Amino acid sequence: MHSPPARALHGLGLTLVIGFALFPFYWMVSSSLKDQTDLLASPPVWIFRPTLAHYAEIFADQKVLDAIINSLIVATSTTALAVGLGAPAAYALARFEFRGKSDLWFWFISNRMISPIVLALPVYLLALQVNLLDTHLVLILIYLTFNLPIVVWICTDQFRSIPKELEQAARLDGARQFMIFRKIYVPLGLPGIAVSAIFSFIFSWNELLYALVLTRRSVQTAPVVATSFMSGYELPWGKIMATGTVIVLPVTIFALLVSRHMVRGLTMGATK
Amino acid sequence: MMRETAADAIADGAAAPQLPGGVGGGRRPGDDGGRANPGYGRATPFWFLAPAVLVLLAIGIYPTIFAVVTSFRRYNITRPREGFGFVGLENYIGVLGDQTFWATLGLTARFFLTVIPFQLGFGIAIALLLHRPGWGLLRSLARVSLVVPLATTYAVVGLIGRLVFNRDFGVANQFLNAVGIGGFDWLGSPSGAFAAIAIMDIWQWTPFCALIFLAGLSMVPVEIEEAARLETPSKLALLRHVQLPYLLPGLTAVLILRSADVLKLFDMVFVMTRGGPGAATDLVSVYIQRVGFRVFDMGTASAQALLLLVMTIILSRLYIKLLYREIE
Repeated sequence: MHSPPARALHGLGLTLVIGFALFPFYWMVSSSLKDQTDLLASPPVWIFRPTLAHYAEIFADQKVLDAIINSLIVATSTTALAVGLGAPAAYALARFEFRGKSDLWFWFISNRMISPIVLALPVYLLALQVNLLDTHLVLILIYLTFNLPIVVWICTDQFRSIPKELEQAARLDGARQFMIFRKIYVPLGLPGIAVSAIFSFIFSWNELLYALVLTRRSVQTAPVVATSFMSGYELPWGKIMATGTVIVLPVTIFALLVSRHMVRGLTMGATK
Repeated sequence: MMRETAADAIADGAAAPQLPGGVGGGRRPGDDGGRANPGYGRATPFWFLAPAVLVLLAIGIYPTIFAVVTSFRRYNITRPREGFGFVGLENYIGVLGDQTFWATLGLTARFFLTVIPFQLGFGIAIALLLHRPGWGLLRSLARVSLVVPLATTYAVVGLIGRLVFNRDFGVANQFLNAVGIGGFDWLGSPSGAFAAIAIMDIWQWTPFCALIFLAGLSMVPVEIEEAARLETPSKLALLRHVQLPYLLPGLTAVLILRSADVLKLFDMVFVMTRGGPGAATDLVSVYIQRVGFRVFDMGTASAQALLLLVMTIILSRLYIKLLYREIE
């Protein structure tokens, strides 16, 4: 059907797409495996003897380990909270009619677009007053402003696809509403709940602005610590790129798991 | 008491517009006229919604109100002796007359206009490549690899940018040398720094456009596409008359979401350039962060942030109006 030259061009184009998409990632990983001499070589070297020295260095660095643990605590807790609060709300939005439903919906969606700086200023001042600066709690709570809408949106869509007959049958058997939610919607909607949890985790793990302004020493997250290496005259590029790789790798794997839902997650479902 | 009134208010809205169903499926033939779930107690939806709504009110709306109050105060936390008195509209007047603020907004607009043609153009080209039959495995690989930029931590994108665009040992200059252009001080020169953050943004967000357009292309009914391919050998005619209508909703989504994203763009730029050199990459969110957390002039920064919020709300209303049509 396609002429051989056209087919070759198509293949070439696809290869270029892969190269374009992966190059910065590849460059980060390969730089993390170079020793300092290779890193500072001008022009940069493409073939070199790989070393794991920078990984040994960061895993021996208490600051990096603490930061990764902080990131894990914050991202996991905020995800659990977002799912715990968001899934029931999604059930109500999927299956009930009530006044103000569309306004509520719009409000959830608007949260996707608001610049974090809008909330970072007042939350900083409020946290300062009640001594919540530099705690896990303040990050866990503030991350809900973007996680909760995403969980609600994805779960609403998922719950809506569950046949209503199941619910009606259960009600005839005398099941209470919360039982119906727990015994029917949670297990059947689990794929959607899992996807929304993964998105929530990725966004929380990746966040920098809130983490930068709301934490000091004890609760710095991984992106903040990685950024903090960027000072001084001779930058420890190997260490920086190794930290970057350690931060990016887990979320990339998660993202690949939900790649089919990536667009819906990022557009709040406006396009399918 | 409170509970009853609130529950009444939400429960007797059976006639409220059928909602985002909209987004997913719209109303199915079997639906009984909006009352999707007869037989539940009037307060039931309230109990399912209340926790999420209360939490969002507490962490989203309450701080916003606090920001509004702050924006009417003199609130420089490095100068507590001056007190935090109310100054009326002074902060807003200051912001509206602040040339730097307008310059950062202008620069943000310029940044958007710089990256968006590339993201749309590359996005459509990549979507067409991925949509075209043949090269099954390579195509799946390309599709999956597009997810990598989207998932990369924005701050780490900035770190990678610092290395790639380094003047002495950056790989960007190596590429330029390979095509015969001399080394370039990317991050040290205003236009170079602007180009560098634009390139990183194009890298990170082109896949987003490509995946949205790909979704649009796959909505074209197969029979129509096949018939059109038989009618005309021209790929361009096919794109314009058959595929374009299916790309338009995605295009609208991309334009609005990307403008909202550029208004909130902070992490990558902060790590790569901190807004410099000079004000060459001082996008609006980077600038407000500096006013708030370097100068600690919280009153002014709050006023700026609220103006930004107003712009965002306009964008998101537009988004909802144009893309969630079933709601109207």
